[in-house]
Amino acid sequence: MDYFAQQLINGIVLGSIYGLIAIGYTMVYGIVGMINFAHGDIFMIGGFIALITFLILVSIGLTAIPLILLIVLLVSMAITALYGWTVERIAYRPLRHSFRLAPMLSAIGMSFVLINYSQISQGARVKPIPPVITGGYSLLESNGFVVRLSNAQIIVVVSTIVLLALFTWLVSRTRLGRDMRACEQDQTMAALLGVDVDRTISMTFVIGAALAAVAGMMYLLYYGLVDFFMGFVAGIKAFTAAVLGGIGSLPGAMLGGLLIGLIETMWSAYFSVEYKDVAAFSILIVVLIFLPTGLLGRPEIEKV
Amino acid sequence: MTVSAPDLTQASRREAIVFILKKAFISALVALVLFSLMIGVRTEAGPTGQLIYWTRFDDLATIVAIVFVGSIVIELLRQWWGPVPIANAIPPSAQKVLDFTGKAIPPLLLIFALLVPVVFYDQRYVIDTGIQVLTYVMLGWGLNVVVGLAGLLDLGYVAFYAVGAYSYALLATNFGLSFWVCLPLAGILAACWGVMLGFPVLRLRGDYLAIVTLAFGEIIRLVLVNWQSLTGGPNGIFPIPRPTLFGIPLTAGDDGLAAKLGIAFSPTQRIVFLFYLILALALLTNWVTIRLRRLPIGRAWEALREDEVACRALGINITTTKLTAFAIGAMFGGFAGAFFATRQGFISPESFTFQESALVLAIVVLGGMGSQLGVALAALTLIGGFELFRGFDQYRMLVFGMAMVLLMIWRPRGLIGHRAPTVFLKQSTAISSELAREGRG
Repeated sequence: MDYFAQQLINGIVLGSIYGLIAIGYTMVYGIVGMINFAHGDIFMIGGFIALITFLILVSIGLTAIPLILLIVLLVSMAITALYGWTVERIAYRPLRHSFRLAPMLSAIGMSFVLINYSQISQGARVKPIPPVITGGYSLLESNGFVVRLSNAQIIVVVSTIVLLALFTWLVSRTRLGRDMRACEQDQTMAALLGVDVDRTISMTFVIGAALAAVAGMMYLLYYGLVDFFMGFVAGIKAFTAAVLGGIGSLPGAMLGGLLIGLIETMWSAYFSVEYKDVAAFSILIVVLIFLPTGLLGRPEIEKV
Repeated sequence: MTVSAPDLTQASRREAIVFILKKAFISALVALVLFSLMIGVRTEAGPTGQLIYWTRFDDLATIVAIVFVGSIVIELLRQWWGPVPIANAIPPSAQKVLDFTGKAIPPLLLIFALLVPVVFYDQRYVIDTGIQVLTYVMLGWGLNVVVGLAGLLDLGYVAFYAVGAYSYALLATNFGLSFWVCLPLAGILAACWGVMLGFPVLRLRGDYLAIVTLAFGEIIRLVLVNWQSLTGGPNGIFPIPRPTLFGIPLTAGDDGLAAKLGIAFSPTQRIVFLFYLILALALLTNWVTIRLRRLPIGRAWEALREDEVACRALGINITTTKLTAFAIGAMFGGFAGAFFATRQGFISPESFTFQESALVLAIVVLGGMGSQLGVALAALTLIGGFELFRGFDQYRMLVFGMAMVLLMIWRPRGLIGHRAPTVFLKQSTAISSELAREGRG
């Protein structure tokens, strides 16, 4: 039971990270109708920028951890958002009206560019940092097994919740959110009614990338390392989460993220660590076959 | 900014210059922010294991300057050249010559391929590269059945390549079966896996299909890595028996081919044999594909590619059409995999990553999705290009990714061929509007 409780906590933390990435996939799919294959690598870039900012801040003698974390968060969100914007501008916007597979292939190309760019610019080795947030609480204790909730885990979950609240407010209450929902329903009509579609799509990528940057920073804080290839697998899992929750649905993305995080942790805990990725990918296949609209998604009507 | 050059007054010229400079300045600024931390700062684990960093502002400045100048150049080209009407750029007489060369290329290419081992007999490197290119030509043609003809985007094609390679390696090392027995078996096994993948994804299309096939490819690779007792895990399988010429080994021994023919043995003989083997396999792939295109099933594939819903409405059996496409594509992948295993003598999951899938897919896309000649030329260009730039190994995939993006923007339908349906009406039947209104058109 205690072991289960501990795995539950770990799963929720991992699920929050996946959920933050999944939101980027689901928003872009909702509006543009394409899988942003490079999104996982944007998450990786976010992690790298957080790492570099952190190193610089520590080396110039800043010691207040909350201040450091805040600056790292803002810098990595800002720069990664610019990456998201640039990727959309270079690789996707010229293909807006091209044939169906073109943006997908261009996205695969962009993913290679980002992976190899960070490998060349930062080296192929894993980058570890010492634990930034230490300490935590012991929740339960029985039979010598202690269920621990570390401060890092609390920070990950709390910031995810705060960001989600902020983001839900943005989508449901602001002008930009209304434009985004309008573009999702009908781009041509939205354009006729005075919505700047190009700008709205750009902003979608910017917001998605900023959330991915937060996920990257959380990953760095929680696991204490980044490497240039971490975006690929994390990206596929987050996409699985988006599909599981129902692609195009924001609460669905978060729910899917939590489920994937929990399934992965439980699988590693009770079955085998080696096959945890196989489990996640199998879930993707099973969900797409039996539940193509996901848990909270709407069915799509196909026409000639 | 579509004002033609002679109409430019002093004022609008100045306006254009300001516009270009402004654009270049913004691009440079964006580049500065993008690259500030990733290129301006380099992190690495120091001697004590702690991360240390140093700055590289000179590199950063160079890149920003390149972006600034590059942006100006691109904008100048765009404004002063304007869009070139491609359709009328080639005069009709030149078009005829082009058509003729277009027809002459396939036989010339084939003759060249046949002559490569003869001409370059002393240069093992050239023949090796040729084998490499032909392997990818074969993979490209195999994937072309799935992506180019049937229009099913498959991002996990390398899985079938892996199935073929491991089938041969395991059958040969465990049961001592020869290459020629294993080759069809590898193809059949890969085709079975193709059907296994095909069944669940029947209802999916487009992007979803792509992601599921990608996941499938990764699952196969992860199983190969983790099932250590069978596949040897990351260490792979070694040694894998070399191929024989129907039982006659190509070795220096007394029962070898050289001894039987009474000629001096040289290791190049095996390379030449491998070259002709893969050439024959690739040509088989090509021949089968061309023949299949003329069968009802081939027509059904192309119809499926053009429109699935209309296809179903016309009574084409979607299930068998999709499954045969997957199975046949996978079978050729399996053949290529078995060849790969016997050529290398060693296989490990390292060789079957997603990058391979993407590379084969890029060959098909570059070749124009559906054009056999296009795929062959694309494989030659890409793999040959990789060989030429072997010195810049670390930039290889970066350039490959950029090329993929630029290609999609510039010519999304591929560089060489294009996907024209095999059958279409030569002339539209003239019907009067009355008949059309009665529904007889």
